[in-house]
Amino acid sequence: MRTLLLSAALLSGIAWAQSPVDVQKVLQRDFQARGQATMDRVVQDGLQRVCTDSHDRPPSDLARQLEADQLKTIDFPPGSLIGDWKRGERIAQGGRGLTWNDKPGAPADGSCYNCHQLSPQEMSYGTIGPSLLRFGWMRGNGPEMQRYVYGKIYNAKAYNLCSQMPRLGHSGTLTPEQIKDLVGLLLDPESPVNKQ
Amino acid sequence: MTRFSATILVLGLTAIPAGAQDTKKEIQKYQQMIAEGSPVELFELEGETLWKKPQGPNNVSLEKCDLGQGPGVLKGAYARLPRYFKDADRVMDLETRLLHCMTTLQGRSRDEATKRVFGNENQPSEMEYLSAYIASQSRGVRLAAGNSHPKEKEAYELGKALFFYRAGAWDMSCASCHGEDNKRIRMQDLPVLYKPQAARPIMATWPAYRVSNSQFKTMQWRLNDCYRQMRFPEPKFASEATNALNTFLTVTAAGEPYRGPGTKR
Repeated sequence: MRTLLLSAALLSGIAWAQSPVDVQKVLQRDFQARGQATMDRVVQDGLQRVCTDSHDRPPSDLARQLEADQLKTIDFPPGSLIGDWKRGERIAQGGRGLTWNDKPGAPADGSCYNCHQLSPQEMSYGTIGPSLLRFGWMRGNGPEMQRYVYGKIYNAKAYNLCSQMPRLGHSGTLTPEQIKDLVGLLLDPESPVNKQ
Repeated sequence: MTRFSATILVLGLTAIPAGAQDTKKEIQKYQQMIAEGSPVELFELEGETLWKKPQGPNNVSLEKCDLGQGPGVLKGAYARLPRYFKDADRVMDLETRLLHCMTTLQGRSRDEATKRVFGNENQPSEMEYLSAYIASQSRGVRLAAGNSHPKEKEAYELGKALFFYRAGAWDMSCASCHGEDNKRIRMQDLPVLYKPQAARPIMATWPAYRVSNSQFKTMQWRLNDCYRQMRFPEPKFASEATNALNTFLTVTAAGEPYRGPGTKR
């Protein structure tokens, strides 16, 4: 019942003068490819379409379905997923990758501090995402937790369909090795994120 | 420049042990300091020179350019942009209109006039100088972008739809960063630009001098660089899309007295 009400509220709330399809046509006309930022990027995939249509509040049944689809995109490496937290810290600090003036093929970073608090030494952190300070210390670092953190970084939309967090593995921004290093930053007891 | 660098260094040193709240206060102090030492006026003066300088195949200045208040009328013109222009049959912001005057009045080719719309630290662009001068002639005038002509309403609606359109390699829309209250990227506060109270002080201070890269920047540049960081392809200069977004943001900010060109971090 709640879902039905929500869907009805959504439908009445979405009174776009432009449908997403129209907007897409405008973008195809008014934007141009530059560097590695090619024009296929303005074409929405199903998830982007659903999140745009619903102002990031998709009907829950649909969200569960699409999240399950996103989960299938994640290729979990075997064994421990805890990489090198020192490399992870550098990846979290950096902001390169996928813009039209980034060198194609060059290693990218995670831009993590743009939105999250991680190591307490870094005072300049963003707040779009939740604080991850003491993440592993509070939640443990067993296989399930490793899998969750790896998956969340690889494809955040598998866990929260309209999350503002990029799908860092799925989009080809970070390599599996880099994601493991970030898992290390969050879960290794020696990482500054967890050290008291 | 050395003075700015020294300020940043000192702030960095005092900020670390003090905590995020104190860092914020330090940044506010810093912002006040840079506003007091801003070189915006130099850009305005150079813009005035360019406005009056005969150029192009027709060897005329831009002084007869109609920015919406009649040919050559600058007072309050910027505060009423973007707006619909009958002669071009479209909505235009300041830079789009200037480009129109460069091609029609001065007889310049679009290619030549748009060759270098965004400058750098060593050499600002003609658009940047002109924007500084023309915007300065609206100080104290309340923002009142066009919102009555059907094409203006259409631009507003398109701009709004663009603002919330999620796409690109990182699934972002403008609202990814500018959609929720009290958020920031690193230490930078993020205004929720679809809300009037947040849009007003921002739109009332663009174009602006940016201390971090010692450059004067226009609204077309601001939108361009947001899309770069959103991992989108590049918006074309003066396109319908950028004018629509600018219309949406400026209409949302309506009523705020213009007090730019501003000075930003």
